[in-house]
Amino acid sequence: MGKIKGAVEVNTNRCKGCRLCVIACPSKVLAMSKQVNAKGYNYAYMENPDACIGCASCAIVCPDGCISVYKVKIEE
Amino acid sequence: MTTNDIMKPENLVYKKPKLLNDKTMHYCPGCSHGVVHKLIAEVIEELGLEDKAIGISPVGCAVFAYKYIDIDWQEAAHGRAPAMATAIKRLLPDRLVFTYQGDGDLAAIGTAETIHACNRGENIAVIFINNAIYGMTGGQMAPTTLEGMKTSTCPYGRDVTLNGYHLPISNLIAQLEGTRYVTRQSVHTAAAVRKAKAAIKKAFMNCMEPEKKGASFVEIVSTCNSGWKMSPADANVWMTENMFKAYPIGDLKNS
Repeated sequence: MGKIKGAVEVNTNRCKGCRLCVIACPSKVLAMSKQVNAKGYNYAYMENPDACIGCASCAIVCPDGCISVYKVKIEE
Repeated sequence: MTTNDIMKPENLVYKKPKLLNDKTMHYCPGCSHGVVHKLIAEVIEELGLEDKAIGISPVGCAVFAYKYIDIDWQEAAHGRAPAMATAIKRLLPDRLVFTYQGDGDLAAIGTAETIHACNRGENIAVIFINNAIYGMTGGQMAPTTLEGMKTSTCPYGRDVTLNGYHLPISNLIAQLEGTRYVTRQSVHTAAAVRKAKAAIKKAFMNCMEPEKKGASFVEIVSTCNSGWKMSPADANVWMTENMFKAYPIGDLKNS
């Protein structure tokens, strides 16, 4: 059976650190970084990248359109 | 397979729509305006109306909407967006004409324009962001503020004996003969965002029909976490617990 794997890319300079993506993620992939971007916001990053299923829930709720989502089907 | 192997252009499933440009939006972190801007850009792209869409931006937080979505825009005087949309649609009937307004603009100073444009059955779409507060000017009480809700001009909560009741303007609009589609949506979860997108798409498709069948009105129940003095996550919870009682989600009219 094929397995779905996903990954998200966060535009860290555009992110305002609202945490809505962290709450929307059903697999608890995302977390807020301890680092800050040029505007002083803690940005979102993939803390647990192996759990990502590429559902795009984070990107859909992101108010600033910071997140791009990638998805692949791995044949075993 | 590592994350870098997955992040290739052929595997891309979702990204920011092209029409939403790279300028950083001035909205507060977690503001619903950003999501609705993104939805409008996505819908216009999907319908292929980049060259035919004309937006009317309001006075309020969304006053700079024209800076972020790369279509034609016109700025209206406070509350007068539906009147301006009427003129533009009558002069250029083949265009998609929509207004983007907040509750201070649409339900307070522009109540007359809103009700009369909808009652005339103009072939326009109205996107109404209802966050129950005046966000831009510092969180004052709006007509849509809930009973007992604290704002900077009613710090002890809205008192109905002094300030009256919240104004459910979509319910008023739905009673008018001139409207064909009135709906109330929200954008706090991924599922809600998908439904709101479908509503905006339907409203825009209604406007592009050559026959004049009536106005389409999409209310988005939104958060104003700065004005409500909450975190974006808490504001979403507060909205589901309190706002949805006064402003229930769903279609009010669909003909």
